[in-house]
Amino acid sequence: MSESTHESRDQGEGLRFSAWNLLLLVPLLMLVTPWFNSQEPHLFGLPYLYWVQFAFVPVGVICVAVVYVMTRDPNEPVAPGTPSDVDDLDEGNLR
Amino acid sequence: MKWTELVVFAVLFLAVTVMGFVASRWQRGSGLDNLDEWGLGGRRFGSWITWFLVGGDLYTAYTFVAVPALLFSAGALGFYALPYTVVLYPLVFLPVVRLWSVSRVHGYVTPADFVRGRYGSSLLAFLVAITGLVATMPYIALQLVGLEAVLRTMGLNGSGLLGHLPLLVAFVVLAVYTYQSGLRAPALIAFAKDILIYIVILVAVLYLPAKLGGWGSIFGAAQAKFDATPSPADGVLLNANNQLQYITLALGSALALFLYPHSVTGILASRGRNVIKRNMMALPAYSLLLGLLALLGYVAIAAGTKPITNNATGRPDTNTIIPQLFETQFGSLFAGIAFAAIGIGALVPAAIMSIAAANLWTRNVYKEYIRRDASPAQEARQAKLASLVVKFGAVLFVLLIDPQFSIDLQLIGGVIILMTLPAVAIALYTRWLHRWGLVAGWAVGMGYGLYLLYIIPNPANGKLHFGGSALALDKLTVFGWHPFTGSTVQIYVGFVALVVNLLVAVVVTAILRAAKVAEGADETLPGDYHADEGSDRIKPPAGVLTHG
Repeated sequence: MSESTHESRDQGEGLRFSAWNLLLLVPLLMLVTPWFNSQEPHLFGLPYLYWVQFAFVPVGVICVAVVYVMTRDPNEPVAPGTPSDVDDLDEGNLR
Repeated sequence: MKWTELVVFAVLFLAVTVMGFVASRWQRGSGLDNLDEWGLGGRRFGSWITWFLVGGDLYTAYTFVAVPALLFSAGALGFYALPYTVVLYPLVFLPVVRLWSVSRVHGYVTPADFVRGRYGSSLLAFLVAITGLVATMPYIALQLVGLEAVLRTMGLNGSGLLGHLPLLVAFVVLAVYTYQSGLRAPALIAFAKDILIYIVILVAVLYLPAKLGGWGSIFGAAQAKFDATPSPADGVLLNANNQLQYITLALGSALALFLYPHSVTGILASRGRNVIKRNMMALPAYSLLLGLLALLGYVAIAAGTKPITNNATGRPDTNTIIPQLFETQFGSLFAGIAFAAIGIGALVPAAIMSIAAANLWTRNVYKEYIRRDASPAQEARQAKLASLVVKFGAVLFVLLIDPQFSIDLQLIGGVIILMTLPAVAIALYTRWLHRWGLVAGWAVGMGYGLYLLYIIPNPANGKLHFGGSALALDKLTVFGWHPFTGSTVQIYVGFVALVVNLLVAVVVTAILRAAKVAEGADETLPGDYHADEGSDRIKPPAGVLTHG
């Protein structure tokens, strides 16, 4: 294992970046409160400020779900004792 | 004295106590004589247990009592709890699985263990551990405040030390079964707690608005109440002064939450990366619940609920608003169930927090400085004792400090814990920040943050210092220079302190790198941050398999 370990050390921090991860920034839009800090339009009697923020709950879930599904580790986890190395998994995932 | 409620509460509390003791039998390992077993439940909780455990851990009695109370008294600002818990999961989704992997490979039990391994600096690890301990104490105290609000609503509202007696009894019970069963006790109890809470909240948000004429008239009543108060700061909408506070408080709280030792404990106890990822998708179910619950603060306004006067302090305690709402609007049987839900809701996080604090003490103070050659069994014994000390300390906290401001205590804890963000969260991605830069950033950020908290008054109770975490920009000083003189816009202190912390860390790092100061050894490897269950990098949890 030591050899591949040294290889991956040279790869910097071992970051696995995927463009899908950028979706995780979308829910942060709910922090821009000036966009919806008003009474109208109401929904079920709730002012705009409140129901918009509730609407962001599913938005957050969907964003996380999409990232989860699209960035799954390509290989199943190796069984204990299998000689195959996690580093192979890592390198294989640099898309 | 409300007997029906008390009986229902007592029965459910007793059932949960039995569960707490039985939990010690629920294990496959070699007994509870090592920290992986006692303090992390054997590190093999699956998706469901993790969902209940982390949900029960993050959405605490503070949530159920203090957030609606804040909406009741201050209006829209209190609703920050919803954006806080919505932006939380996308933000921590990636870092938390890295933390799990690296902790699993190297056997880390606490965030400070990771810092120790990553930077080879026992000082930095010590600072992170101490920060975690200090921030957790008021958080545990807050759970007690929630529990006490329920007990007082049921009529156990004595004055002096006698008034705190029921709380003490409940806590001694909690302390004993946590000592006995470790993390498995709150994991098992969390099932009961969360199911009770879901039932209570769903009934409350469907039944009460229907009874009180719909959400439209509830918001109308809240609007009328805030219009009638002389204060311009409250209202159903945010205003020019508190909007920045709302945003920075939500963001700062979200960044802080998974730095708390107890959140990390819940994460590290899970079996694998996919368990955590699935939970990041499923935990917002609790956020939805929390948002609905927060609105009960307005429901209480519409229902004309009056807070109970706390006979220990002689002042109305707004934390009793929600229990009081249930008491006046529901039949006594259902009110009893609701009280039990809140009461047990306080026990689960209090147990996990005390275990997390005990882990910190054992791994990063006891083993680091007092007994370097401690065996796993000695570690476990030390942690069990520490969990008792921590709980007793939290009780003292409640006895000595006005519970009215429990939410501010927790906010101070949030400011403190945020100071560990560079050393823990950023370190998961890059080691560019120098260990001494991190120490400097921590020290300056901490000092500045505490100073800013010190100069915030609270007009509501006449306190001159530590009156909250909302700082008017006017008061912001840099060595006596006021960059925003005259501004009444408020900002969350933790956010300011974090920015200062990062600035100092970056500047000091740049200087130290230029001077080529030694940066310590990093025992982690890049691949460690991606290792998953079943990987041969991962050691079995201590005590499960024979080492061979």
